[in-house]
Amino acid sequence: MLPAAELARSPTGMAAGHWTRRQPISWISLAAILVSLFSLLPLAFIIWIAVQTGGETVSSLVFRPRVGELLVNTLLLVVLAVPICIVLSVALAWLTERSDLPGARLWAWLSVAPLAVPAFVHSYAWITLVPGLHGLWAGVLVSVVAYLPFLYLPVAAALRRLDPALEDAAAAVGLGPWRVFRRVVLPQLRLAICGGSLLVGLHLLAEYGLYVFIRFDTFTTAIVDQFQSTFNGPAANMLAAVLVTCCFVLLGIEVLVRGEERYARVGSGAARQQQRTRLGRATIPCLALPVLTALLALGVPFVTIGRWLVAGGADVWRLDEIGLALGQTLFLALAGALLATIAAMPMAWISIRAPGPLQRLLEGCNYIVGSLPGVVVALALVTITVRIALPLYQTLFTILVAYALMFLPRALISLRASIAQAPVELERAAASLGRSPLKALWSTTIRLSAPGAAAGMALVALGIMNELTATQMLAPNGTRTLAMAFWAHSGEIDYASAAPYALIMVAMSLPLTWLLYVQSKRMAGR
Amino acid sequence: MKQALSALAGAIALAISLIASPVMAQDGSIVVYNAQHESLTNAWVEGFTKETGIKVTVRHGGDSDFSNQIVAEGAASPADVFLTENSPAMVLVESSGLFAPVDADTLAQIPKEYQPASGKWVGIAARSTVFAYNKTKLSAEQLPKSLLELADPSWKGRWAASPSGADFQAIVSALLQLRGEAATADWLKAMKENFTAYKGNSTVMKAVNAGEVDGGVIYHYYYYGDQAKTGENSRNVGLHYFKNKDPGAFVSVSGGGVLASSKHPKEAQAFLKWVTGKRGQDVLKTGNSFEYAVGKGAESNPALVPLADLQAPKVDATTLNSRKVTDLMTAAGLL
Repeated sequence: MLPAAELARSPTGMAAGHWTRRQPISWISLAAILVSLFSLLPLAFIIWIAVQTGGETVSSLVFRPRVGELLVNTLLLVVLAVPICIVLSVALAWLTERSDLPGARLWAWLSVAPLAVPAFVHSYAWITLVPGLHGLWAGVLVSVVAYLPFLYLPVAAALRRLDPALEDAAAAVGLGPWRVFRRVVLPQLRLAICGGSLLVGLHLLAEYGLYVFIRFDTFTTAIVDQFQSTFNGPAANMLAAVLVTCCFVLLGIEVLVRGEERYARVGSGAARQQQRTRLGRATIPCLALPVLTALLALGVPFVTIGRWLVAGGADVWRLDEIGLALGQTLFLALAGALLATIAAMPMAWISIRAPGPLQRLLEGCNYIVGSLPGVVVALALVTITVRIALPLYQTLFTILVAYALMFLPRALISLRASIAQAPVELERAAASLGRSPLKALWSTTIRLSAPGAAAGMALVALGIMNELTATQMLAPNGTRTLAMAFWAHSGEIDYASAAPYALIMVAMSLPLTWLLYVQSKRMAGR
Repeated sequence: MKQALSALAGAIALAISLIASPVMAQDGSIVVYNAQHESLTNAWVEGFTKETGIKVTVRHGGDSDFSNQIVAEGAASPADVFLTENSPAMVLVESSGLFAPVDADTLAQIPKEYQPASGKWVGIAARSTVFAYNKTKLSAEQLPKSLLELADPSWKGRWAASPSGADFQAIVSALLQLRGEAATADWLKAMKENFTAYKGNSTVMKAVNAGEVDGGVIYHYYYYGDQAKTGENSRNVGLHYFKNKDPGAFVSVSGGGVLASSKHPKEAQAFLKWVTGKRGQDVLKTGNSFEYAVGKGAESNPALVPLADLQAPKVDATTLNSRKVTDLMTAAGLL
């Protein structure tokens, strides 16, 4: 079965009917290439700056003790936090998906919900609870608490989808439960674990606010320090180059570890329902894990925010200020999400309808850029607009482009899934009924992919709402988002005034997190 | 296809022209790059707008990022006015030739010692370096006699600062001017060994109050500001003024200037005049910023140790070198 898109793409399809169909593809490919080129700007910029700065200065800025310190800090953080997240997420996912733990559904949701709390609010909560908290272990603790859901979500989804027949077969040849888990279940979770770990690792590299509160220096905090001391000086850019290298190393490790093996269920019929393991007497100790996680990841932030709200009383609800910040945040989040979704559309379309080497290359570009920390993207855009495209400097356009670059992969993933479900036959039927290619696309696939687009937009909006560093560096004059206001207040140790902003950010993120949770369930149920 | 492309190009151009018009484009309103404390500048802006009807858009940031930003923006800077907490940032912008001369009647409102001879910017407030210490951990005779003492191995692990902030960098720039490059580099190297880094002076004071460290090098007003609120972050804190013309007794002048590229120079000059005038300086006395007023005949908050009693070293604000300082601090591994 040769897909129609494949036919249409081939240069031999010269019949008139095919020719008209070729139009949207080349047009869309062009758009996708444009988006990808655009998204490579930050990377090209860093290389350009490095070349411009000159070898000697670069090496004096890169090979110095401070960079070594930061490298050790950043590496230790990743090496410690990621494995802890893996163990915890697998344990939690197994308990909520494969055991008869009482209230499993509730615990599953509570394991995802901490995503609604921005990482820097987690940190703000912990520093309130334990004022002297600082350093590496504090960094590991708060990072695990804040980013665990990124691993829990895919691992739980993968566990839910496993075919129990494999495990039965392993048990039938005499393997005990532990060995079945180790030799049959765990290997099948590898993809989920790799993907989730990569996500957590990239967030650890990119996070700023979290580590400022607990005084743990990473590359990202050092770049912001340099930015605050010198604006876009070469030292900041060289630190950014090292950070980007770290991101690439993570991406590379993930590709290596992920390997080529795939686990898919083949054969007719549906997989049997999974049996939930009886916990029996172990129920109570097993309950301790989700309870403890929920307490640390949800209890601490909520209790702290509540405490500051009580301490601050009515005074901290300066409604005009809060209303303004809320309005600006919502506007930026919606506009940014819209732009990211539109930018992702061509790429998503060709990755389903016309997959091939070009598409793989372009998609690779976008993922690489999506893995760049916000501070790097912002630094690049500041310098580019100031030096070359001054009319765009400090404009809404630039900040929206930054958001789109940073969050494009989020939009891409959701869109791709829903375009895959829209039958290509409809597109063709519309075209054969005389619609122009773009109109045919609009009236069929684009409309059918609306739910996926909406979900992707929600994910992007969630990211934008909690974004701090790029917003501070790029936003137009007079902009004040919830995150910026929170940061300004907490920077002056006015934790009570920061509390309403924290509360609103969490309250707005919760529905989006719920959506993510429901979506992951649905995808797993497929 | 061509049609579609040109339609797309048109749409993009339209979107860009709509979006790209920055907020500043409102008529007669000015953009202030503000590195001062938000609450202080907001009070100034509120008073000024109420009196003159001129709208002000404020972009908040820090001394160093703004000064470097203005230099990078050059003649195209959207800013009309630049307000700082310390002088080095002013010097950087002035040396790039980006300030317009300040109106003579504005300069006349401020004593000569708080403005450069060039008249390109003017002092708007002042702050004093202090050693904030934990009263339960240090007694009066254990306090350092000089800022330079903190480089001594006996102070290892016992003091804090916020090296990424422009405040501390201004103090280092004074040290650089008073003691020279070699001595400053040595002191910074010793500092790297001895001190604990925090982000922000309030955070330093909070840590001192909690006893995480014995003391910290910050400015005076953080203490008074906290005392005026709940005092929960300064209950155990005492302020030690180095005096004796020590580098640690440095009084830093906050500056204000009008950019040469300003599209609304009249309004921008009016704003600076208002800030340095009677009502602007009164905000410093009555508000809760607790920074020193510098206007002729203006009084500071009575709770403060009078400016005249601080025995500050004589520092030429116009030659404070911020870039040299960040280079030295980067070399010492502090940044």
